[in-house]
Amino acid sequence: MAQVNNPREPSAMPVFVMTGMTKRFGATTALDGVDFSVRPGEIRALIGENGAGKSTLVSILAGAGKHDEGTMVFDGRPYRPASPHDARKAGVAVIYQELSLADHMTVEENICLGMEPGRFGFVDTEAMRRRAQAALDQLGHRDMRTTQQVRHLSAAERQVVEIARALSTGCRVIVLDEPTSGLSGDDSRALFSVLRRLARQGCAVVYISHFLEEVTGLCHTFTALRDGRVAGSGKLDGVSVEDLAAMLVGRRSDAMLSRRTHGKPGDIVLTVDGLAAGKRLRLADLALRRGEILGIAGLLGSGRTELLRAIFALDPVVRGDVRVGAYSVGASPSEMLNHGVGLLSEDRKGEGLAAAMSVADNMTLSRLKGFGFAGFISSRSQNATTQKWIDALRIRCAGPLQNVHRLSGGNQQKVALARLLHHDVDVLLLDEPTRGIDVASKAEVYRLIASMAEGDPAGSRSPRSVLLVSSHFPELLAVCDRIAVMKRGELYPARAASEWTEHGLMMAATGQEAA
Amino acid sequence: MNARSENRFRSLSSAAGPLLGLVAVYLLFVAIAPSSFSTAANIQTMARQSTIVVMAALGMTLVIVSGGIDLSVGSVIALSTVVTAWLLDRGSASPLVAAVGGVATGALVGVMTGFLITRLRMAAFIVTLGMMLLVRGAAKGIAAEQKIDAPITFLNGLLASGGTWHWPAGVWITLVMAVAVAVLLRKTIFGRHVTAVGSNPLTARLCGIRVDEVKLIVYTLNGLFAGLAGLMQFSRLTVGDPTVAMGKELDVIAAVVIGGGSLSGGEGSIAGTIIGALIMTVIRSGCAQMGLPNWVQEMVTGTIIVAAVALDRLRQKRL
Repeated sequence: MAQVNNPREPSAMPVFVMTGMTKRFGATTALDGVDFSVRPGEIRALIGENGAGKSTLVSILAGAGKHDEGTMVFDGRPYRPASPHDARKAGVAVIYQELSLADHMTVEENICLGMEPGRFGFVDTEAMRRRAQAALDQLGHRDMRTTQQVRHLSAAERQVVEIARALSTGCRVIVLDEPTSGLSGDDSRALFSVLRRLARQGCAVVYISHFLEEVTGLCHTFTALRDGRVAGSGKLDGVSVEDLAAMLVGRRSDAMLSRRTHGKPGDIVLTVDGLAAGKRLRLADLALRRGEILGIAGLLGSGRTELLRAIFALDPVVRGDVRVGAYSVGASPSEMLNHGVGLLSEDRKGEGLAAAMSVADNMTLSRLKGFGFAGFISSRSQNATTQKWIDALRIRCAGPLQNVHRLSGGNQQKVALARLLHHDVDVLLLDEPTRGIDVASKAEVYRLIASMAEGDPAGSRSPRSVLLVSSHFPELLAVCDRIAVMKRGELYPARAASEWTEHGLMMAATGQEAA
Repeated sequence: MNARSENRFRSLSSAAGPLLGLVAVYLLFVAIAPSSFSTAANIQTMARQSTIVVMAALGMTLVIVSGGIDLSVGSVIALSTVVTAWLLDRGSASPLVAAVGGVATGALVGVMTGFLITRLRMAAFIVTLGMMLLVRGAAKGIAAEQKIDAPITFLNGLLASGGTWHWPAGVWITLVMAVAVAVLLRKTIFGRHVTAVGSNPLTARLCGIRVDEVKLIVYTLNGLFAGLAGLMQFSRLTVGDPTVAMGKELDVIAAVVIGGGSLSGGEGSIAGTIIGALIMTVIRSGCAQMGLPNWVQEMVTGTIIVAAVALDRLRQKRL
């Protein structure tokens, strides 16, 4: 890995040290004597499955939570922030998965939010612009227009604005929580170069990610958490993805991604002809067969999400035609569901699930009929059905009535998938099904997708078809029968997965080679 | 604690907070107000006084659970009284026809409101702010800016005070409606759809729920219940009054909110709403019995609204 920079000074004192951190929530111990430190110029990976204690650790670091035992030292002085604002003032910034930008304000206003330069209460626009520009320059984003509203920016650009905000407050420890889960490969690489730049400038970077390949490519050191304890830490030189995965799950996960054996595809169940929608999707043709998993490989902004949304009639179609079997369809999502087509949203929290509703309601929302007579719902029957799926998919929850927002990301995703199974759809449109979920859950989701395409071995359920969108190319290569590349709003013809390599997909998706 | 009992506990505690508040307020007045406060007659009076707000709040609960709001309820109540009186007086209609006419007018306004919100994609707050003025104006126009006198019929007996244990029909009608709406909201597919639309409209759409259809029905039902509230109002007034129930919509919204309804949607219950309305009535009645001036009642009621919502937030934080 030639691009990995060594920390400037191997002997440099850590800028931030946590010793013996312990945090209990009632009877459960979220952190149990965790040691953690980061040096200036170092990019340290913080990895662990959901529930391993990463979020708890970060919330304490960010001043959002209090620890029960242990000490924190920042820059040689005891550090005990009372609030996130306190932590920022001290020089520790956490950039969360859900970005905290004011959509209707401009880039420069967002960067200077809460500490606008001014005189007599009036904002000094010039100074604000200079400060924003300086931070963006430092990140290598000189040409970002500082007067545009943040809501027009891509996910990656928004991330840059967030980091610029942290920089302009003079932060020296920057923590990124799953920054690439919303980014395509290209944007991720741009972000990595920003982070390397930060580290070279002497910033300490803590990098939290589920993508172990990313971690080994980007970070210098790592701390792995498991069940609230440190399962391993040290330099990343010579540590493989498999080693890290083993530390996280506490057992060797051999062949997390094993290529599945492909069955014989059947009749065409979904046809898309010359589909165009919105600004992003310009032209897509595809034919999906029964029992087939067709992958769409595309970067963020390539129009892949828009393709699924247009097929499912969530977004208006500009032109083109969607056919399920022999029927032309596509007036509304409810009609698509009636035709046996279901969509899994990439935005699990915002769109996929109703957070305040129960597991049972979320799972059965699209098909509540049949739980009682004449429009009534029998809770008993609804809960029994839900319990069946909870068992079948091994969803970890307190029961059908638990609120879905109390579940971990992986289990939430299983609830969203179970909804499609409960609805008994024939065609599944899956948009980034493994985003933001832990390693073990990912493997389960892959198995689940593969088993859907196989149907019921007993023959009582015919094979389903899957259209799978992902920016994680190894995932596509492992799961799909065929893969088509999406680039700048155009879908290129699909080829058998065996004809692709990860490198080839990346080249095709970034346009460095004709697909 | 398993999930079932956890959920029971939670749904219980969400109505238990307001219920505790009601009991506390009631006992407070029993202790400090004159003994006339705690008589059976006064309890019946309070039930009668709550009827109009409760009836309208049944529809408002559905609206608020679906993530909407309706500011036109007070005006619809007035229009309903005017239409009922007009039909009785000028149209010489039978009381039943007049009542149905008044209620149907309310439902019609609800259809219009729902149509504007769903088809023109306008914010409910703006649409119903407009409807509030529009409907009030229409009521005044029909009544030529005067009260419409109507002959006394059985309609006026709906909220008349009965014997000590013989409560008027209007109270019973409202209770039956309340049970029906509670069942609708908790036990039917439509109710689950209403909750889903308020909880997360994007999820609802993803699950094939016809969000616009659900909203249209919700606003129509809300208009219907506002019309029924207008009928109760007419029963008390015996005239059609285009200026009646000014600002009543705020009492109605307050009842829902005190009862645990969330203005961001997805939360609220009929039991809570009724308790919310009763809390306000008890305060009013108690203050009146003690001879406290109107401004004291208003300040106490305002405090209760803010405190109820603040307590609810605290409770949610803890859970």
